[in-house]
Amino acid sequence: MSSQKPVLSLKDIQKHFGAVTAIENFSLDIHPGEIVALVGDNGAGKSTLIKIISGVYAPSSGTITIEDETVSMASAEIARSHGIEVVYQDLALADQQSVYMNMFLGREITNRFGLLDRKTMIAETQKLVDELDVRIPSPHATIRDLSGGQRQGVAIARATRWAKKVILLDEPTAALGVAETAKVEEIVESLKARNIGVLIISHSLDQVFRLADRICVLRRGQQIGIRETAKTDKNEIIGMITGLQQQDAA
Amino acid sequence: MSGPQSGAAQKPAAIRFALGLNLQQYVVYFGFLAIFLFFAITLGDNGFLSVRNLSNIVLQTAPATILAIGLVFVLTAGEIDLSFGSIVAMSALAAAVVMNEYGMTAGILAGMATGIVAGALNGAVVAFVRLPSFLVTLATMGLFAGIARSMTNLRSIPVLDLDFAGFFGSGSFLGIPSLIWWTVMAVAIGHFIYRETRFGAHVMATGDNPRAASVSGIKVARIRLYVLTLSGGLAGLAGLLYAGRLQAAKYTLGESDLMTVIAAVIVGGTLLHGGKGTIIGALIGSLMMGMLNNGLILMGLSVSDQMIVRGLIILAAVAVSLREKAR
Repeated sequence: MSSQKPVLSLKDIQKHFGAVTAIENFSLDIHPGEIVALVGDNGAGKSTLIKIISGVYAPSSGTITIEDETVSMASAEIARSHGIEVVYQDLALADQQSVYMNMFLGREITNRFGLLDRKTMIAETQKLVDELDVRIPSPHATIRDLSGGQRQGVAIARATRWAKKVILLDEPTAALGVAETAKVEEIVESLKARNIGVLIISHSLDQVFRLADRICVLRRGQQIGIRETAKTDKNEIIGMITGLQQQDAA
Repeated sequence: MSGPQSGAAQKPAAIRFALGLNLQQYVVYFGFLAIFLFFAITLGDNGFLSVRNLSNIVLQTAPATILAIGLVFVLTAGEIDLSFGSIVAMSALAAAVVMNEYGMTAGILAGMATGIVAGALNGAVVAFVRLPSFLVTLATMGLFAGIARSMTNLRSIPVLDLDFAGFFGSGSFLGIPSLIWWTVMAVAIGHFIYRETRFGAHVMATGDNPRAASVSGIKVARIRLYVLTLSGGLAGLAGLLYAGRLQAAKYTLGESDLMTVIAAVIVGGTLLHGGKGTIIGALIGSLMMGMLNNGLILMGLSVSDQMIVRGLIILAAVAVSLREKAR
């Protein structure tokens, strides 16, 4: 896995809001088929980092490289066109619309007359939810009739449909029950087989240790360190998050 | 024995399912039918059922139906337009004044342009100054009404062009009155755009969850501009239809349409808070309002009594359709 080239590479990323430093010197490689967890206390800068990668904020300095190509993520559209998709904390689904219309929200498929090609969209949605084992009644189901776990499944399926390189998951199970969390974790796990790089923010260390290959710790905008999940334990990570353990030597 | 038993056990669930679906979506059709039957029975002898009267209902509701189509788009996008009645008056007057000077084509262009510009003004302020459409169009409702009054110093302007009056009002084509043509065409095109195009899908997404729409790459500000401009343009068309049918334009045109059209659209099944709507439902809602007006007049109620009864019926209809949707 680490022999492969990284699909997304962040180097020396800094972000200042006026005099406030939100991110100082962040560097991280994400490889295809790898799940990296981003952990840290509230205000550590995790969401800022996600916004930088997804094109919502421009970094003050540093470079973002996608498969050897240095890119400028000037907008969310550019990030999407580079194959980066975000699953937001609050889902970003349109509640009154069907699953399939959400799957293609803003990117609806049209036929040669420029009209909505519902048949193709429904078929593709069905195929994807089957592959990912997202259990919804039908692609026609309205989002608001679905459970929280089903909605998150739809949101991840949508990201999977469009992400060619990287999916960013911002607290994907924060609002879910135990069984639903397990289901969503299963779906996230299955993304590895698709050779997509995954960066997941989570407050649940149990979840991080279940899912992630590597764990990256942030504290007050500083990158404290990166650990391979197999070679660390919760105590070390908690120490890094809370500051009992100081930053790795640069 | 087990076969019929299990069949009988399944049936109620299936019926309940079908009824549940239908009741929610089709309140307006039941309401329409109920009001129709009520008037048919009580006023059958007073000419309610005559072809002439029934076709009159459709003709009279044509402008309201056109306005309702615009409002479905506006409400679905999560906005509201309170100014369309005033735009109707401005457009009709602009069309009549220009037509009397420069002819029919110029008059039509003037009427439509007035509507589109007024709608675009609403839309630009909502989309780019980011003020709530309720307040913006509440203000422009007064502004446009004032302009309409000052345009001709409260005078009504006759429409002398008979081609225009035929095309937009009293004429017919293939034996079908032109107002029915306008209604059918506008409903068909509106329904098609609403249901079958990306624009329609983006309007729904914008009203449903603006944040989701915008992170999905939909330009929500542009959608808001477009729907309010569309509403203004359709108000311009409604103004032409009024001017054509009455062969005159006056500042009072469209004045009484605000409540009727909003009620028609809501009763028709469009959500007040956006995300979902129906053009066909709005047509039925509009016809229902027209039938109500007509029936109450035939019953011989005084104008004040008509207003009271109509208000109560609209209240009941809106309450029923909103309760059904809230579940």
